[in-house]
Amino acid sequence: MKQALSLSVNGLAYEVVIEPHRNLLSVIRNEVGLTGAKEGCDDSECGACMVLLDGRPANSCSVLAMQAAGRRIQTVEGLASGGKLHPLQTAFIEEGGVQCGFCTPGMLMSAKALLDSNPNPTEAEIRRYISGNLCRCTGYSGIVRAVQKAAASSR
Amino acid sequence: MTAVEYFEPADLKQARDLLSRHPSAAIVAGGTDLVVGSRSGKRALPKSLVAIHRVNELRGIEGQHRGGLRIGALTSHADVESSSVVLRDWSALADACALVGSPATRHLGTIGGNVCNASPAMEVGGPLIIFDARVELASRGGKRTVPFHEFVTGPGRTAAKAGELLTAVILPASNRRPPVGSAYLRLEYRQAMEIAVVGAAALVAVDRRGNCKRARIALTAVAPTCIRVRAAEEMIEGKRLGDGVIDEAARAAAALARPIDDVRASADYRREMVAVIVARAINRAVARAQEAVR
Repeated sequence: MKQALSLSVNGLAYEVVIEPHRNLLSVIRNEVGLTGAKEGCDDSECGACMVLLDGRPANSCSVLAMQAAGRRIQTVEGLASGGKLHPLQTAFIEEGGVQCGFCTPGMLMSAKALLDSNPNPTEAEIRRYISGNLCRCTGYSGIVRAVQKAAASSR
Repeated sequence: MTAVEYFEPADLKQARDLLSRHPSAAIVAGGTDLVVGSRSGKRALPKSLVAIHRVNELRGIEGQHRGGLRIGALTSHADVESSSVVLRDWSALADACALVGSPATRHLGTIGGNVCNASPAMEVGGPLIIFDARVELASRGGKRTVPFHEFVTGPGRTAAKAGELLTAVILPASNRRPPVGSAYLRLEYRQAMEIAVVGAAALVAVDRRGNCKRARIALTAVAPTCIRVRAAEEMIEGKRLGDGVIDEAARAAAALARPIDDVRASADYRREMVAVIVARAINRAVARAQEAVR
């Protein structure tokens, strides 16, 4: 039996009607229409589907969409504001933190959650915080440098 | 896909009433195991879901009389691993919660959900055994508590009856003289989103002369449930702790392991590694007991 659900994504309210077993990722991509968050493994291994729930990272493939009602959902589409890229996005471009790009939305959201809670992370803290995000191009060095650069630019 | 009924109780009373009306419903806390498991076909998605994430009275860590601790079922792994009292007095549990999944999993996943999922590889299982933890279960009929080691009865199986909800994990107060240290660690291939190949939890009470007065040792991922290994404890209790004694205990633990072959490791490799990981866990627990003195 389908149920109505109100979601707040990047500050906008969306009303959807879904089967309650649906995961949040499929609802964000197919009902809300934001395709930044990616389905990689669909098994909580890769982090390509990472979004923020009330500011904390969540594998959206492993969350029931119904359980996200009333929570603040942020996706990569909400990072840039007023036509200006977020400092993390700028740093990812400048430091070569993007190769094929599939992991990038998830990496950016994990990195945002980290810098929001810890504006001056060490390299070890950065690597630990993105440990649930896989980059199959193995571009970790550039990604870590990008997070460091974004942190420095916000100081 | 058959129709799924979804309920979201606002408080514990509503949750108990819903579960008594829908005794076969699956209880969802963070959802991290259930959503993945049902999709991969490991478990059929249940016809009814009772999502308890809004039952705020089940969230949080509070001290109990005479120094015990009550951890609400909905407390996240992130909140357990960063709790100063858990870090100080129940270090092995903080170690375990810090190893679960990734930062994302630890924010969403709950200690109650982890226990009820009853994985033989559950990180918190060993620590809960060495601390003599109990779990509190509530139903419309009332409340009861069960020792953790009796609650988990097999892979994915628990002693919870239909209509019962796990409401808290309870760590009893323990004697801290002589100083006590504890630790949990695991063998892993990846540092995140990993399932323990082998895990070991150790607790030791060490006196000023370096003698072990009490010991508890438990293993993860080498039997149908996490298991306590008394023969290994007896190898170090009453003895001065040195490498020889610790290695003997580690070998005794390995002899009690009943591992399986699977994609992550062969049974033989797991048995060999039990000795390595147990020795490391004991050494870390001893170091922490000695730090506690200073």
